[in-house]
Amino acid sequence: MKYTGAEILIELLERHGIKTIAGIPGGANLPIYHALSKSKIRHILTRHEQGAGFIAQGMARTTGKAAVCFATSGPGATNLLTAIADAKLDSIPVIAITGQVPLKLIGTDAFQEVDTYGMTLPITKHNFLIRDAEELFTVIPEAFRIAEEGRPGPVVIDIPKDIQKQQITFDKWPDLKRENKRQQIDKARIEEIAKLINESKRPLLYIGGGITSSGSHEMIYDLANKNSIPLTSTLMGLGCFPPDDPLFLGMLGMHGARYTNKILNEADLLLAFGVRFDDRATGKVEKFCPDARIIHIDIDHSEIDKIKKADLSLIGDINAALKSLLPLINSNKRWNWISTIEKIKQSDPFIIPEDKDPLNPLNIIKEIGRIADSDTIITTDVGQHQMWTAQIYPFRSPRTLLTSGGLGTMGFGMPAAIGAALAHPDRRIICISGDGSFLMNIQELATLSELNLNVTVLILDNGHLGLVRQQQEFFYEKNYMASKFDSNPDFKAIAQGFHIKSYDLGKEDDPADILSRSISEPGPCIVTIPIDHTENVTPMVPPGAGNHEMIGGEKNE
Amino acid sequence: MSSLPNTIIELTVQNHPGVMSHITGLFSRRGFNLEGILCGQIGDGSKSRMYLLVEKDHRVDQIMKQLKKLYDILDVSLREDYDHTLFNRLEEIIKN
Repeated sequence: MKYTGAEILIELLERHGIKTIAGIPGGANLPIYHALSKSKIRHILTRHEQGAGFIAQGMARTTGKAAVCFATSGPGATNLLTAIADAKLDSIPVIAITGQVPLKLIGTDAFQEVDTYGMTLPITKHNFLIRDAEELFTVIPEAFRIAEEGRPGPVVIDIPKDIQKQQITFDKWPDLKRENKRQQIDKARIEEIAKLINESKRPLLYIGGGITSSGSHEMIYDLANKNSIPLTSTLMGLGCFPPDDPLFLGMLGMHGARYTNKILNEADLLLAFGVRFDDRATGKVEKFCPDARIIHIDIDHSEIDKIKKADLSLIGDINAALKSLLPLINSNKRWNWISTIEKIKQSDPFIIPEDKDPLNPLNIIKEIGRIADSDTIITTDVGQHQMWTAQIYPFRSPRTLLTSGGLGTMGFGMPAAIGAALAHPDRRIICISGDGSFLMNIQELATLSELNLNVTVLILDNGHLGLVRQQQEFFYEKNYMASKFDSNPDFKAIAQGFHIKSYDLGKEDDPADILSRSISEPGPCIVTIPIDHTENVTPMVPPGAGNHEMIGGEKNE
Repeated sequence: MSSLPNTIIELTVQNHPGVMSHITGLFSRRGFNLEGILCGQIGDGSKSRMYLLVEKDHRVDQIMKQLKKLYDILDVSLREDYDHTLFNRLEEIIKN
């Protein structure tokens, strides 16, 4: 067989089950696009490479499988960087394949040459610069293995144009069967963990993205219920526990409910499962769960003792660990602990605004949670709307919240929603956004329009960078420097310019009816929802403070 | 120069362009101090041995864990038995 490097690449991507690739062609990846034209793979032409990166993330975050995006060299690659860094911080399996100037021109400051390899070093799980087409036979399967195995993460493969055109003769395609490495779980350690849990008086589960990516939500539920362990989740773990279960305490940390953060101080044992003690979750680390011993289970050994020293730890797949742990856990009703929890919940509740204001952001998001189908996928951008969503939307199953947790990238929401819709054409995707974030990748409205996907974008429009404004109010003497937009576009007119249906809830007689229609009628829809710019996300743990030292959100506020 | 005592981390790595970037990039990104590097190929040249001189503080454990995660690093070990003054003598050579 005689194939070019580009043809080998495309064939190997097909053999790895890739059905959809988002990207933009350019000078240095044209041979790849030439090969792609003869493939069954569907190509999504975005309007900016960052959009392609987040579309790939939307596919990867909802399926758990590696997704691919393409960009050309130079600006194509630099435009991808934010989406790659975002995937790194949230451990998302994305494979970015970039064109590069021909090998001989590397280092000469050739047209559209940048050191993609060097620039993606610190933001990938691993990266490759291909120097011979033969390497593709090992690098492509390795890229999928690296992206998906262990703690997932992004991989970049930079392919010079001459390598894409290089013809090679070979006999057979590589065997892509991946060894299923069965990890041995340390039985003695599991027994120690079980003993600590069974003997504890006030245990607390603290779960995160590791539960989502390992698909361990059902076992976590069984563990919590069998031993009556209340559970709090990070932003990345939302959806792994039923929101209406009395054991569920919601999200912890900077914008956690008052009772959630107070309960952290009561625990005598913290079960940190699939979490990394992120500063937004822990607040000041020295003041985090001061009376609790810590059991930390994570698949990434470098997370153990990185931020907080664990009393007992286990490195490995949380799914396998829970499987061996569950039979060793006693049934326990923990009447005392549960009644303490209930008391704190009542004395420090999460304050929900009075129902009569339908345009209050918390009310809107609560209403969406009430009327949306249970399999609806929510994406968010970054800011106040993101935190309100995390606080009040009832996420009922894992992978139904796609949000930029670690990097906090404004502009994530809409392209991620497109990716989610491509992977799940039968489901409704709702992107909850803000006017600041939405403008950061607004060019992808063109992509959304031509794909005609079931994506509803709700823009909570306060004319501000709301979370910045809020911090200035709290911590910078109400000096609102550069957080107010002097003008905002007419989002409805913009959507119509892209031939997308649009509403402005502030101008509708029956906003509730329009909201309901916007998430049920097929095809895309953009909804502007004017909100009061003085609304804050509360409670809030001031930067540098302990979680229990939060401000705002008191009962009699 | 640092007043903290130093120690040596021994690495066995794949010998290909980019390995050094991955290692030094890790140190700069995570804010670890790197006091010295010695490197040379071993065996048939497909692998290299590297010695990293680092400050012997509480971060050594985290440095080792992060190094182990790098794809091209085959082996990481802490060599407290090694004489790290070797690096001082190198400094003399460099001065000359």
